[in-house]
Amino acid sequence: MIENPVGKTMKGSDISAPKSFAHRVSSRLYTNAKLRLRLLIATPLLWLALVYVAALLALFVTAFWTMDSFTGEIRADWNIENFVKLFTNSLYQTVTLRTLGIALLVTVVDILIALPIAFFMAKIASPRMRGILVISILMPLWASYLVKAYAWRSVLSNEGILQWLLRPLGLDTPGYSLVGAALTLGYIWLPYVILPIYTGLEKVPQNILEASSDLGAKTWSTLRLIVFPLLLPAIAAGSIFAFSLTMGDYITINIVGGATQMLGNLVYTNVGTANNLPMAAAIAMIPIAIMFIYLSVIRKTGALDNL
Amino acid sequence: MVEQTPAISLRGLTKSFGSVTAVSNLDLEIKSGEFFSMLGPSGSGKTTVLRMIAGFELPTSGHVFLDGEDVTTKAPFDRDVNTVFQDYALFPHMTVLENVAYGLRVRGVGKREREAAAVEALSTVRLADFGGRKPSELSGGQRQRVALARAIIVKPKVLLLDEPLGALDLKLREQMQIELKELQRELAITFIFVTHDQEEALTLSDRVAVFNQGRIEQIGSPQELYERPQTPFVAGFVGTTNLLEPQDTQALFGKAIKGSIRPERIKLTTQNSVATHSGKVIEAIYVGSATRVHIKLDAGPEVTALVLSGSDSSESWSRNQEVQVVLNEKDLVQLETK
Repeated sequence: MIENPVGKTMKGSDISAPKSFAHRVSSRLYTNAKLRLRLLIATPLLWLALVYVAALLALFVTAFWTMDSFTGEIRADWNIENFVKLFTNSLYQTVTLRTLGIALLVTVVDILIALPIAFFMAKIASPRMRGILVISILMPLWASYLVKAYAWRSVLSNEGILQWLLRPLGLDTPGYSLVGAALTLGYIWLPYVILPIYTGLEKVPQNILEASSDLGAKTWSTLRLIVFPLLLPAIAAGSIFAFSLTMGDYITINIVGGATQMLGNLVYTNVGTANNLPMAAAIAMIPIAIMFIYLSVIRKTGALDNL
Repeated sequence: MVEQTPAISLRGLTKSFGSVTAVSNLDLEIKSGEFFSMLGPSGSGKTTVLRMIAGFELPTSGHVFLDGEDVTTKAPFDRDVNTVFQDYALFPHMTVLENVAYGLRVRGVGKREREAAAVEALSTVRLADFGGRKPSELSGGQRQRVALARAIIVKPKVLLLDEPLGALDLKLREQMQIELKELQRELAITFIFVTHDQEEALTLSDRVAVFNQGRIEQIGSPQELYERPQTPFVAGFVGTTNLLEPQDTQALFGKAIKGSIRPERIKLTTQNSVATHSGKVIEAIYVGSATRVHIKLDAGPEVTALVLSGSDSSESWSRNQEVQVVLNEKDLVQLETK
């Protein structure tokens, strides 16, 4: 107290009081940025390592095991038989190509639908209209995935609403088929594609578009030379969702795909009906490998900074 | 004698945003080859006029003529005018060279030809070596010059500049002012320059239009605006001034008018004579090149005198000091009263 020149006041004596444990911890954390960061990410990192990386590794390892076809027992004798089967059996090739095809189709269709909607929202709509549109795009995300798939089952059915709409035009519902599944998946993933593209467009300043037309560019040139290149990362970001979610789907295809099978269905059958876990693991490697290639291609556009 | 067609002619131009009238029934003619400034506080409508000339906004009523041709409803890409934007609006994904060549590219000029032209345009703004960089790698002043080069490469009839120097610091701004003026002389195209900085407008322009609340208060040469302001707004916005009410001029000059007298025209002395008015110093602020002396006159009004450092009466003035003020009637400018 005596040493403290301002010790007269209450405040002064508070400052010289011994610091509590909590106080010391906070001041240590405040001054040590590295320690703070480590503590902050320790839990999620542990979670990621255990649940995500370890699970993937386990999957990878399992793919090299076998199932005894008599006893149904899984044996850890190492071999690449499962992979040989994947590469030689035409069933797997067909289903892989089909899955890849649907994923690409759904992605492209979603981008084509999302672009004008996002453009309208970001550049044309009034703030009020924009709010309404954002809500109506987000709204379907509140409904369960299963509900939406079953809703489309009813839409696509014979005597369903799609048939009723298309019949006057001389067309018919695609029914429960590959096309039906692609339509349904396209619908379900659309919000995930619109939102990044909308955000990307919002980031394109109005005066850059004005500068382009000021310099003599007509609307199409502005879209091709300015908007599209600036939007490419956002489009790629949106495509990651549509593509990867479709690659892994097996529920929608079961509900509205008729007899059509995708990779997910093969995994499901092997896990459930056949109880051939090693084969399921090997099949699961295919979409993982495709996604890996897809992401490394897309990384070059800068899309991953846009998620 | 045949009158030369004006580069820009605005007739009865009006623009409303909802219930707000940004520009109201504006008539204006800008001569070919002129350096014309639109000066006014923010929200006075000057930028809106510029945007209507460029084609980014459609007027609510009225017409825009470019070189005698009515372009009121034409799209920006169909108008022979180019804009240098306030925050440059460079294309971030293109190199400096691609940015500058853009206007030629969308006109279908071949790659080699347009790049040669872009290099040339870049060298007129002294950035010949910067073609390979991205806009994000340039400083503010350099971006400004790229925006200029990009706009002049297509050789527009009129160049519109929307507060182009607003984001630059003082030194750079003064340097760019000189360069702009030189560039305009060299290219001999009409410049329309929007600014809220009265000094900038006076320095650069052949003629200046002073905007206030969507209308033009006065158009004239910098000298006319400064020496002969017509309205209290112009007198106060262009330079600083002492605005005098009729009762003040009655007391000081024996005639009741609304008037303005510039601070540098007011002389201070300590010697009493018949020609002077006595007063008391309220505050003396030294600003380097001069001292601003605020004086309360015994006759009523407060006035500010600007005393140049090193001039006869530049002895230090201090608070509450008695002072004699010399006011010449010829320095009193009569203003319109509304």
